[in-house]
Amino acid sequence: MLTARRHFIKQILAISSYAAGLSFSHLSLADWVSSHFQKQALKDSFNQIFPEQTLQTSDRIYLKLPKTAENGSVVPITITSTIPNVDTIYIFSEKNPVPLVAQFSIDPDLETYLGARFKMQETCDVIVVLKASDEYYQARQRVKVTLGGCGG
Amino acid sequence: MRLTRLSLSFFIALTVNQSLVFASPLVDQQQIYAFYQTVFPQLPFKDYADGVYAIDADAKTSWLAINEFPPYEFELEEGKALFQKAFNNGKHYADCFSNEGIAIAQLYPQWNIKTQSITTLATAINDCRIVNHAEPLKFAEDEITKITAYMAYTSRGQKINTVIPSDPAALTAYELGKTYFYQRRGQLNFSCASCHVQNAGKFIRSEILSPALGHTTHWPAYRLKTGKLGSLHRRFIVCNTLIRAPIDKAQSPALRQLEFFLSNMSNGLTLNGPSVRK
Amino acid sequence: MSTIKIRSKQFPDYTLVRVLVAHPMETGRNKNEDTDELIPAHFIQTLTFKHNGKVLSQCQMGYGISKNPFFSYKIKTAKAGDMVSISWQDNLNYSDTLEHII
Repeated sequence: MLTARRHFIKQILAISSYAAGLSFSHLSLADWVSSHFQKQALKDSFNQIFPEQTLQTSDRIYLKLPKTAENGSVVPITITSTIPNVDTIYIFSEKNPVPLVAQFSIDPDLETYLGARFKMQETCDVIVVLKASDEYYQARQRVKVTLGGCGG
Repeated sequence: MRLTRLSLSFFIALTVNQSLVFASPLVDQQQIYAFYQTVFPQLPFKDYADGVYAIDADAKTSWLAINEFPPYEFELEEGKALFQKAFNNGKHYADCFSNEGIAIAQLYPQWNIKTQSITTLATAINDCRIVNHAEPLKFAEDEITKITAYMAYTSRGQKINTVIPSDPAALTAYELGKTYFYQRRGQLNFSCASCHVQNAGKFIRSEILSPALGHTTHWPAYRLKTGKLGSLHRRFIVCNTLIRAPIDKAQSPALRQLEFFLSNMSNGLTLNGPSVRK
Repeated sequence: MSTIKIRSKQFPDYTLVRVLVAHPMETGRNKNEDTDELIPAHFIQTLTFKHNGKVLSQCQMGYGISKNPFFSYKIKTAKAGDMVSISWQDNLNYSDTLEHII
């Protein structure tokens, strides 16, 4: 395993030294908001990312998720919504040490559609928050994450 | 012909205890399929190729989503490059295999009359290397798995075709593989059959046990757990580790015989490797 | 070999773009089996999706995104011959970028 990592890092170094020379300036387009990715409880994460906002529960957000995650390391999600003018999508996994998994800006040229794969530490709610016209909407779905069996 | 579990268990016990006079790979295949039909009456034969995803609908939805763009694509690409790379003497893997090594994985494992042993795709790759004065690859490491991934990929859609000639030595090898499959082992005293025949379709803790029919269709498998491709023999070793049985090494005679037995069982199923598993 | 793979598929009302990135997305909470040492966190932080040079989606992510990240998008207005690109940067300052013609 260590050999694989060394190999990967060598590959990455080889790529990035090439890429860095060419286009490093483009890549710092937006700074990573580290405060959003702190280890904290979900409610603290919400307070920090959506201060003083109401996250209205909406039935116009559709989450495609398995009922049970075969492996918590890779949970596929597809998000669609009929809410107009969505400009940001946030994905949370309630009981992850860092509840915010990712956030995506969405340009009007994109449909409100997103596919991603993320990690879930344990059975909990997956919460998707959409920002549209300065309002916030949420939908949540419970996903079971089981441990053990003979998969080893 | 419907067989009850009891009568089949009895039959299996009888067969294993008999001499190889009764060894008939074709009859074995038919009987085990008949058994599985009593467990999964709605499941068409061809669907066994998808393993546990044929019998776990919820897991299948995740699996299909991940298959839209499978994470093994990088290793597969590397496997193709490794397969196409020339040896120092200028020859290629394509020179060792029929059809230049493309769409031929379904022919393995095969009985090698000359060496009187079982050749798997992995040992055939190393045989090719040795003939061309290249260092053989370690079976437990990644390079050989990536090459088999590419060869499996080109073989998608081919039907497994494990031929067991009437050569007594070949039948003995098949029978040894069958014995291994049905023999209890390890501290937990399980046989492969304990889980994958007697309890196929049932839960072990949180997982559904897959039937052994279809076990050889989808290798190598990218495990979500490890984040990389792994071989069938690696999986045999993991299973043996979990039941706390002594470990037979990858591509050892015992595991090649087991693969020979399992592959015969899956004759007629379509190859679909490499594949994603949990 | 690039760390990025991009595939696109045209439908009547949209273009589906799927992306796969080779990256360990290491959380920093796993141990190396052999040495028993913690493997340092190594994960993509930002990923930018562009169409003909215009940013359509900027993703900020943590190590909660799975190893070998996958993303999919639907562009309303793309046509054959258009260019899309993916660029990423991680917490150790490695980066990569790839363009793809639809």
